[in-house]
Amino acid sequence: MSTSDTRPPALLGTSGLIFIAVLVAAAILVPVLNLLTAPGSALHVPTYVVSLLGKYLTYALLALSVDLIWGYVGILSLGHGAFFALGGYAMGMYLMRQIGTRGVYGDPILPDFMVFLNWKELPWFWYGFDMFPFAAVMVVLAPGILALVFGWFAFRSRVTGVYLSIITQAMTFALLLAFFRNDMGFGGNNGLTDFKDILGFNIQADGTRATLFALSALALALGYVLCRYLVRSHFGKVLIAIRDAETRVRFTGYRAENYKLVAFVVSAALAGIAGALYVPQVGIINPSEFSPANSIEIIVWVAVGGRGTLVGAALGAVLVNYAKTYFTSGFLAPYWLFMLGGLFVAVTLFLPKGIVGTFYEWRDRRKAATGEADEPVAEPRPAE
Amino acid sequence: MSDIETLAPETADAPAEGLGAAKTGLTEALLYLNGVTVTFDGFRALNELSFTVDPGEMRAIIGPNGAGKTTMMDVITGKTRPDKGDVYFNEGRTDLTKLDETEIVTLGIGRKFQKPTVFESHTVLDNLRLALKGQRAALANIFRKETAAERERIDEIFETIKLTEHRDRLGGNLSHGQKQWLEIGMLLAQDPKLLLVDEPVAGMTDAETAQTAELLREINANGHSVVVVEHDMTFVRDLGVRVLCLHEGSVLAEGTLDQVSANERVIEVYLGR
Repeated sequence: MSTSDTRPPALLGTSGLIFIAVLVAAAILVPVLNLLTAPGSALHVPTYVVSLLGKYLTYALLALSVDLIWGYVGILSLGHGAFFALGGYAMGMYLMRQIGTRGVYGDPILPDFMVFLNWKELPWFWYGFDMFPFAAVMVVLAPGILALVFGWFAFRSRVTGVYLSIITQAMTFALLLAFFRNDMGFGGNNGLTDFKDILGFNIQADGTRATLFALSALALALGYVLCRYLVRSHFGKVLIAIRDAETRVRFTGYRAENYKLVAFVVSAALAGIAGALYVPQVGIINPSEFSPANSIEIIVWVAVGGRGTLVGAALGAVLVNYAKTYFTSGFLAPYWLFMLGGLFVAVTLFLPKGIVGTFYEWRDRRKAATGEADEPVAEPRPAE
Repeated sequence: MSDIETLAPETADAPAEGLGAAKTGLTEALLYLNGVTVTFDGFRALNELSFTVDPGEMRAIIGPNGAGKTTMMDVITGKTRPDKGDVYFNEGRTDLTKLDETEIVTLGIGRKFQKPTVFESHTVLDNLRLALKGQRAALANIFRKETAAERERIDEIFETIKLTEHRDRLGGNLSHGQKQWLEIGMLLAQDPKLLLVDEPVAGMTDAETAQTAELLREINANGHSVVVVEHDMTFVRDLGVRVLCLHEGSVLAEGTLDQVSANERVIEVYLGR
């Protein structure tokens, strides 16, 4: 008699379906309310709000990418802002090359900052960025290759825990310093800005803004489905097993470092896509995106929403950034960083599983009480 | 068979290259340790340790704390490299000192740690699924589907370790004894030629201990070689197998439990008078 569960597990749970439904509804409603309602109407969504929401969604995708490795593999990356920024720079380079003769110096090839620095020709690494498909590939490849090289060395040498976190922080700090330098050829301190067109559409136009918002929602939905598929596959079960007992995984015959590497590269590529969608909506990319504090902030978003829940990471990113927008514009503005710090401490102490994680735990306990499911396990202790 | 090389340790210095480092004819044992020495900061954890395990054999290893039992397992499973000595598997065909943990597992050596380590946030069923012999490559496992044969094999293992009714519980919610059995089940799922089992009954009730002895005998009867490290003498007696007593990193006595426990030196250093 076979008692094994033969039903294929559902790809999306209830919360996943709600999440996707909300994103689809937002992707349709927000552009409609922006473009088809009169500016004075009560239902009108102003364009600046569309871009602001779009920015939140790219942060949500970034948080999702961090949750994939932190929540499911236990890799606490404090340098994920670097992958986001690299994706953003790849998109920024494309947007710079679209400016053409409309720049201040009117050079058809060289971006303004290069003319300003008296450069005579385009550096080799700027070639190809006038073509969108090339830039789109680089959005994924640049962070992906950095993650591959970094992860290959780190995971093979079995660097884990706080040491890994520190070197990810060092990585993003090194990139911050490098991108600050003018002779790196990425616009130095000022970064890349003053964008005009994306794929021939005026980047300031309402229609373009609405489309970028809808694309951000779509990217977040697809990113979620991808992560969800990964963590529920056999591959994903190995990832969770690595988080709980890495040595046991090695002694079960899996090469833990390869699993970590694949997850890390996928995560970096997702962060890069988030960065690429972020840049045209905020209109600038500069080295401050590499700053270590940015990467730490991502961790706060994920912790607030609920580590290891995917939906929670996205929710946390939107909530914390909404709070940031709200509080940094009023009389409370000088105290925002204290609030952010306080929030992280409070969540760690009182809500260690985050908002969504706590909700799941409550739901599982209720199911366990009625005998439908097993009690949730307390935070798994790392073995040996 | 007759042209067996000399067993003298100097043959260990013959050039050996990875998996191809064959010592065919050296031994017919499944596992062969000769003159293995491991030193940690001047402390000799293993001192010229030599013993063999035959195919299909079950062997119990006893000895006081610090006798080198766990270090011996670390050496066999590639966690620790010996300073000198030979460690061969598969009738001398494979030099284990040249391989890493994962390669050794793939060859067919499974290990159960002293402290039960199961995947706590996975269900018992998923624990076995992960351990089941099969695809181990990361990318291939993204698209892996469970086969009917795999489901059947998992059901068989559940029968053996008697955890069928706990299959949907989370590993972390099992009792200590159940975790130990699950870990043994996970070893079984890997289908190794040799199981190394470190103190499987520590912290178990008498009934659980007896059940564990039965489980290991059953596994052994199904053709797996087993090496059990254990302090519990009742359990070792239940197993009814040849016993090796280690002391200060080398073999003190070898034989049936009665022979070993009658040994003067064993009584002196381990069993007490």
